[in-house]
Parts: sequence; C-alpha cells; structure tokens
Amino acid sequence: MAKGIIEIGDSSFDSEVLQAEKPVLVDFWAPWCGPCRAIGPIVEELAEAFGDTVKFTKCNVDENPVTPTKYGIKSIPTLIFFKDGKVLDKIVGIVAKSRLEEMITNT
Amino acid sequence: MKNVDYDLVIIGGGPAGLAAGLYAARARLKVILVEKVVVGGQIVISDWIENYPGFPEGLSGPDLVQKFTEQAKRFGLNIENNAAVSVDLSDPVKRIVFNDRTVTTHTIIIATGASPKKLDAPGEEMFYGKGVSSCATCDAPFFKDRIVAAVGGGDTAVKESLFLTRFVKKVYLIHRRDRLRAEMILQEQALANEKIEIIWDSVLTGIQGFTNVENITVQNVKTKEEKTLSVDGCFIWVGEMPNTKFLADGIKLDEKGFIVANLNMETSVPGVFVAGDVRNTPLRQVATAVGDGAVAAFSAGHYIENLKK
Repeated sequence: MAKGIIEIGDSSFDSEVLQAEKPVLVDFWAPWCGPCRAIGPIVEELAEAFGDTVKFTKCNVDENPVTPTKYGIKSIPTLIFFKDGKVLDKIVGIVAKSRLEEMITNT
Repeated sequence: MKNVDYDLVIIGGGPAGLAAGLYAARARLKVILVEKVVVGGQIVISDWIENYPGFPEGLSGPDLVQKFTEQAKRFGLNIENNAAVSVDLSDPVKRIVFNDRTVTTHTIIIATGASPKKLDAPGEEMFYGKGVSSCATCDAPFFKDRIVAAVGGGDTAVKESLFLTRFVKKVYLIHRRDRLRAEMILQEQALANEKIEIIWDSVLTGIQGFTNVENITVQNVKTKEEKTLSVDGCFIWVGEMPNTKFLADGIKLDEKGFIVANLNMETSVPGVFVAGDVRNTPLRQVATAVGDGAVAAFSAGHYIENLKK
C-alpha cells in the first residue's frame, strides 16, 4: 500500500474516521472497479502532499458492506471528506486532481 | 522559425492522444501531452474490450491504457496532469493557458474526447450517484440481484447491459426505436439473454424515488402510453457530447459540436489537428481513435517541417 494511506473497514471506521482528530479522506473502492484503479495514484499523490494535515484512508466496499450502505454509496469511486465525525464533502466518480485539492484545502 | 516552448501540445490522454504522443515522440518532436483527469479517457471505465485487434481474448480498459502509456513513455513522451483552460489560435504561434502557466507551441492536437450525454429527464441529475449512472463497471455490483433500467440502443448501451446481467436480476433496456443500433454480435447476445427485456419505441420520461432511485416512467413514442417500472438503478447510455468547452470560436464544428477535419486530421485552423471521439467521425472506437492519433501526429510533424523551410 502507498505511503500514508490507511486501510480501514467497518470495525475500525468509528475509531479511525469518526473519532479522528485530523480531517479524514475516505476513498471507497473495490478491486473490480477500473476507475478506482485510475484514481488511486491521484489519491496517493495527495497523501504525499497533504498527509501532515489530513488523514488518508481507503475502504474496500466488498469486504465492508456496512459503511458504504450507511453513507448511501451506490457508485464508486466515492471520496468522502470527514471532519469531527461529519461529512464535509463528497465526490462521486473520477474528477480532476485540482477538484480534490480544492476539497481538501477549502476546509 | 520562432522560438516556442513546444513543437506540439497534445490535449487529452485517451487512446487518440496517447497514440499521437507515441508517434510524435518517435518523430523526435518536442512534445507534451496534458491530461486533466486520468490517462485513458473513457476506456478507463470499460470492463472488457474485445474488438481492438491484437488481443484475441480481449482485455480490460485499464489494462489497455497501461500498455498504451508504457509504450508512449518508452519513447520519451512527457505526460502531465494539467488542464487546458483556453487556447489562443489567432497567431501562427499558438498559446495555451494551463492551470498553472501559459505555453506556446507550433501545433496542437485536440484529443479531448467525448462525455456521456445526459437526457435531462426529471430526476436524472438529482439521483446521479444514487442509482443513476453511466458506468456499469463502477456500480453494477451495488445492484446484485436487483432490477435496473438501461436507456439507449447503441454499442455502449447494449454492451454495458450485457455486463450488468452478470450481477442484476433483470435489465429493462429502453430504446426509442423498434430496432437496436449496436453491432450485430451484441444485438444477438442481448436478444438471447433472458435477463434483458427490451422496451421498444420508448423514452425515459422521469426518475423517482426517496433517497435512491425507486421508479422510472417510460413513454411509448408511438402509442403515447406511459408506464411506471420499479427499478433500483437507471443507467444512461444515449450517446456522447464533445469535450470542446475550452475552445474559442474559430475552429469549425459540425452541427452537434464535434470538430470538423479532413483526411489529414487538419482542422479549419492551420497547425491545429484533431483525433479521436471529439472529431466528427462515423465511428468512435479505440481502433479508430489510435488511427486518428497517428495521422494527426504525422500531419503535425509535416506542418513543423514546412515551417523550417
């Protein structure tokens, strides 16, 4: 796994995301999802650049069915940006790196 | 010859742009390819490509992208994640405004592709990502054993509906005519597939639900009869629109907004070439896009040679 991206799941979601001190980006993905593979390297670059202020995580929706259902995810990749346990922003599908930077720096 | 940053700037990193980049790099042009989202373009969301020659078993879109990219990079193609915000083509030396800087170049290849068209049906926008989709490989497993609708009748609609049947219980394929437009082999597969029910002569008139898609309404265009279908998802594959927003006036477009070019991929502006889905072409496939890209790079090289004379 890339530097600085933590693999999370249904059991660790509360502690790793909702209770986290830093804002958290969660990348919901699955191995069968081509676009998720495409956006992966962009998330890795962002983790390199913003890893000090933002916690980067990824959640495999195949292995963790509870969390995606809770957040109404019907399409991946979906990126959700959390702060203090609340959803600040949500992006569905592949978008430009600049849009993701905007999501992270606008908070 | 005037001093410029590049001989050639390729805008767009799908199959057309990557093929142009491969040829331009081998021609030793001073070239850069800029891609604003991710390299690969629309084939990134293609589950399986089985009509691109050279791969008898077929291969996934992302795998093909990786091969294209590797091959272009082997010859030194510089690929940058950046977006062309606007272009100024009023001078023989063209200027392109990127996110972070402005560059000058002798030639441009526009290979920005096309995006899935929207129907503008009520509810379509509201339920996007909540059951409305145009990417089966992103979303199909979320509809395991559910009933979904698909709108369209071309290659993409039929191919992706067939992919959906691997997961879903049933696909209503809604098509506005009384026959499909897709490749014959795809039509045969769709007609033989028990999970696909084609709703002929019909158009989508609305998508309804509470938080997620629950129902759609379709209308028969001949009888005007309207009916409601209970579905959990609605996939929309009704064609493509060209990605030309950044272009200023001056380049000739066809009535649908696609860029007009001759056999050499020359547009109406000297030194500006076009390749792939953004061109007004009769067929939008990987095989045609790479052909366009090769010709466009060759023509750009020829144009630059003439400047030196």
